Amino acid sequence: MLRKGLILAAFGLAFVAGPAFASAGPKEPRQASWSFEGPFGKFDQAQVQRGYKVYREVCAACHSMSLLSFRNLGQKSGPFYDDKYPNPNDNPYVKSIAKDYQVNDIDSETGDVVQRTATSADTFPSPFANEAAARASNGGALPPDLSVMIKARPQGAQYVYSILTGYQAPPAGLEVPPNQYYNPYMPGDVSAFYKGKGHVPVGGFIAMAPPLETDKVTFDDGTKSTVDQQAKDVVAFLAWASEPKQTERKQFGVAAMIYLLIFAGLLWVSYRRIWRNVAH
Amino acid sequence: MADTVAGASPDPHAAGDDPSRRDFIHIAATTAAIGAVAGLAWPFIDQMNPAGDTLALASVEFDLTKVEQGQQVVLKWRGKPLFVRSRTGAEIAKAVKDDTASMRDPARDEDRHKPGKAEWLILVGTCTHLGCVPTFGGGDYGGWFCPCHGSHYDTSGRIRKGPAPTNLAVPEYAFLSDTKVKIG
Amino acid sequence: MSGHSSYEPKTGIERWLDTRLPIVRFGADLLDFPTPKNLNYWWTFGGILAMCLGIQIVTGIVLAMHYVPHVDYAFNSVERIMRDVNFGWLVRYMHANGASMFFIAVYIHMFRGLYYGSYKAPREILWILGCVIYLLMMATAFMGYVLPWGQMSFHGAVVITNLFGALPIVGESITTWLWGGFAVDNATLNRFFSLHFLLPFMIAGVVILHIWALHVPGNNNPTGVNVKSKEDTVPFHPYYTVKDGFAISLFLLMFATFVFFQPNALGDAVNYVPANPLVTPAHIVPEWYFLPFYAILRAVPDKLMGVLLMFGAIAMLFVLPWLDTSKVRSMRYRPTAKLYFGLFVLACLILGYCGGRLPDDPVIPGISTFQLLDADLNSMVWLSRVATAYYFGYFVVILPILGLTETPLPQPESISAPVLSHPANAPAGAAASPEKRG
Repeated sequence: MLRKGLILAAFGLAFVAGPAFASAGPKEPRQASWSFEGPFGKFDQAQVQRGYKVYREVCAACHSMSLLSFRNLGQKSGPFYDDKYPNPNDNPYVKSIAKDYQVNDIDSETGDVVQRTATSADTFPSPFANEAAARASNGGALPPDLSVMIKARPQGAQYVYSILTGYQAPPAGLEVPPNQYYNPYMPGDVSAFYKGKGHVPVGGFIAMAPPLETDKVTFDDGTKSTVDQQAKDVVAFLAWASEPKQTERKQFGVAAMIYLLIFAGLLWVSYRRIWRNVAH
Repeated sequence: MADTVAGASPDPHAAGDDPSRRDFIHIAATTAAIGAVAGLAWPFIDQMNPAGDTLALASVEFDLTKVEQGQQVVLKWRGKPLFVRSRTGAEIAKAVKDDTASMRDPARDEDRHKPGKAEWLILVGTCTHLGCVPTFGGGDYGGWFCPCHGSHYDTSGRIRKGPAPTNLAVPEYAFLSDTKVKIG
Repeated sequence: MSGHSSYEPKTGIERWLDTRLPIVRFGADLLDFPTPKNLNYWWTFGGILAMCLGIQIVTGIVLAMHYVPHVDYAFNSVERIMRDVNFGWLVRYMHANGASMFFIAVYIHMFRGLYYGSYKAPREILWILGCVIYLLMMATAFMGYVLPWGQMSFHGAVVITNLFGALPIVGESITTWLWGGFAVDNATLNRFFSLHFLLPFMIAGVVILHIWALHVPGNNNPTGVNVKSKEDTVPFHPYYTVKDGFAISLFLLMFATFVFFQPNALGDAVNYVPANPLVTPAHIVPEWYFLPFYAILRAVPDKLMGVLLMFGAIAMLFVLPWLDTSKVRSMRYRPTAKLYFGLFVLACLILGYCGGRLPDDPVIPGISTFQLLDADLNSMVWLSRVATAYYFGYFVVILPILGLTETPLPQPESISAPVLSHPANAPAGAAASPEKRG
C-alpha cells in the first residue's frame, strides 16, 4: 500500500513539475483538428488533394520531398487513389502528374546526363541540385526535406500548422536580422536581438518568408483559399506523406485490439477454471 | 484471493484431475493463441515479396531505334537480362523454315513475335535450364548458345539441343509506337 | 533438474528416442516443473520477457533483410521499410516499440526480484545471470538505436562512445577503436549493425542459463519461504502456462496500443531528421529506459567520476546478494525494508525524470533558491544528486545495516500455511490469523 502511494506520489510530482518546461522556448503550438487524428482517423482525400496542390505550387519551389514517388500519390489512402486502379502505376492521374516533370537520367549509349520525362516510379525531383545549391539560393539556409516532416517535429502537425499561420510583426524592441522572420512558434533564442524591456519574446527567427497568402492557391473544389485553409490542407498532405501507411496501420490495429481482447477474455476464463480448485 | 473456493484444496498432482482436458474454454483459448500466431505469420511472410518500389520498376520502355538490324541490345528488366533483337531476313526465314522440325518445345515463329513485327524478337535472356545467360552467335542453330551446360537455341529462341526444357521465354510486351515498346 | 521425471515413453518410437536424445522428456519435465502455487502477477514477467525476446529476434531478422548499414542509405532504407516493404511498417514499429516493452518488463521483473529477495541464497547465480542479460540488453538497445541513422542515433552514439574517453590513458585509444576512425562514421555504423545482430543471440544463450539456474532451486515466491512439500506447488503446466498466457495477452494489448496508435510516442521526433555530424540537436536525451543512468552521469561534475558512477549503479546489482544481510527473503515480512524499498523505487523514478530534463531546469517552477556549489539548489542536477545518493545508499548502507538491526515480522511456516490460514479459506470455526499482504 505504502509503496503504491509512493509511486503515485512520484507520478504526481512529474505532473506538477511538467509545465515548467514551457517557461522558455517557443510558444505552444496552436491546436487544430484533422480527420486523420485518433485511432479511427482517416485522411480526407479532398483535403489531401488540396494540400498536394499547395505543396506543388508553393512549398516545392524550395523544399524537396525525396522519399516520395509519384506512384505514392495513387496508392491506397493517397490523394489520387482510385479503386479502379489498384496498382498506382496504372493510375492515369498519377501518370499525368509525373509527365509534367523532367528528371535526370544517363543515356545508355552515350553515357551523357540527359533529361527524360518522369514516370510514376520516379521520386519527386528536388528543386536544387544539392545542398550547397539550396543554401546559395536561400540566403545560406537549407530548406529541410519535407518527406517525414510531420514525424520529425514534436506535435508535428500542430507545429507545422502553427509555423505556417503564426508569422507576426516582431514585438517592439526586437531587431530582426536580414533575411530572417520572426515567428513565435519557432524554437530558438532571440535574447541577443532584443533591446526592449521586460521578458524576452518567445519564439525564434526563421529563414522562410511567410509562404502562404490568401488566394495564392486556387482550389479546384471551390474551397475558399484562406491562409488557414491552405496551412491545414498542406499539413494534411504532409502528414499523409510522412507515413502513407498510417490508415492501414490503424485499421489493422483496431482488428488486432478486438482479437486480443477476445483472446484475453478467453484466457481469463480458462485461467479461472484451471485454478478453481487450488487455494493460493 | 477471491478466486479460491472455501476449504477446497485437492492435490493438483492427482491423476485424472487434469483440468486442461475436456473443457471447451481451454480449447477455445488455445485455438485463439494459434490463430493469433497464424494471423501474424502472414505479414512476416509477405514482407519477403517484392516491395512497392520494386514492383513500380517492373515495366520498362525501350526505344527500338537504338538497335541496328542484325544486332541485339541487352537490357536489365526485373533484374534479369532481356534480349531485344532486330533479326535479319535470313534469320527470320530460317526460323520459319524450322517451324515444322521436331522440337522439344514446339512453337511457331510467328507466335513468338508480335504480328507484323517479325523483325523484333524480345526474349528473357536467361537459359531455361538453370538461369545462365546464353550468348548469341554460338551453337548449331544460328541462335543462342548457353555456355553453362550446352543448350542450343535457334534464331527464334527455341530450344533445339541440350538440357534446357523449354524455349527462351517471351515476356509480356506491347508496341507503344513503331519504334517504342513497353515491356512488362 | 530437481526431482524425479514423471515422463514415461509410451510408444516404441518414444522409447527409442528417449534412450538416445531425451528431448521429449526434457520438455515434459519443464512443463511439469513443480512451481510454488502462490506466485502473483509480478511473477508473470519472466514469461512476458521471453516473449519480448522472441518478438525482437523475429522482427529484427526481418528488418535486417531490408536494412542497409551504410551512412548514405541507412535512413532511407528504414523509411523504405515503412513505405514500400509489405507490412514493413508493422515489423519496424513492433521492433522499435518492442525495445521499450522489453525494458518495461525487465524493470518490473527486476523490482520484483528486489522486493521479494529473489537474489538471495541459493539464487545468487540466477540473479547475476539476470544482471548480465540486462547489461547485454542495454548494449543491444543502444546499438539498435544508432541504426536508423537519425540525428539522435548519431549524436547518441557520439555521446555514449565518448564515455569511454573518460578512462585515463587508454580512453582515447578505446574510443578510436570503437569508432574505427576519428569519429562516429560508416565503420561505426557497420560494426554496430553486426553487433546488434549478434548480441540478441548471446542474450538468448544467457537466458537459457538463467532458466537453468532457476530450475535448480526452483522459483522463489511472495512469502520467500522455501517449498516444503508437494502441497506447496503446482505443475507449471497448465497452471502457470495459463496464468502467464493471460498476463501476456494483457501485455500485448498495451504493446499493440503503442504499435498501432502511438508508434512514435516513446521515441524522439528528432530521430526522423537524418544524421548530420555538423549540427547537434538542441536537447539530446537517450531513450527513456536509459534516463536514470543518464541522470547519474550528469549529476557528477567530473567526467571520469560520472562515468564510473553510472557503471557503478549497474555494478551494485551484481554484488547485491552479498550486500543484503537479512535472512528474510520477502519484504512482505520486513516492514522497515519495505519503506526503504518504496523510496528506492521513487529514487529510480526521480532519476528517470531528471534524466529527461536539462540539468539547470528548476524542480519547482519559477523559484530560485540559492546557489549551492555549482548550481541552484532548486535544480534538476541537485535533485539527481539526492536521488543518486539514495540509490547508492540503499545498496551500500541501508541493506547491509537494516538486515542486522530490523525486527522482521514472523514468517509463515510454509507456503500453504498462510493460504490455509487465510480467513476466506479457513474451514468454519477454525482459528484464523490474518495474513500480511504487501
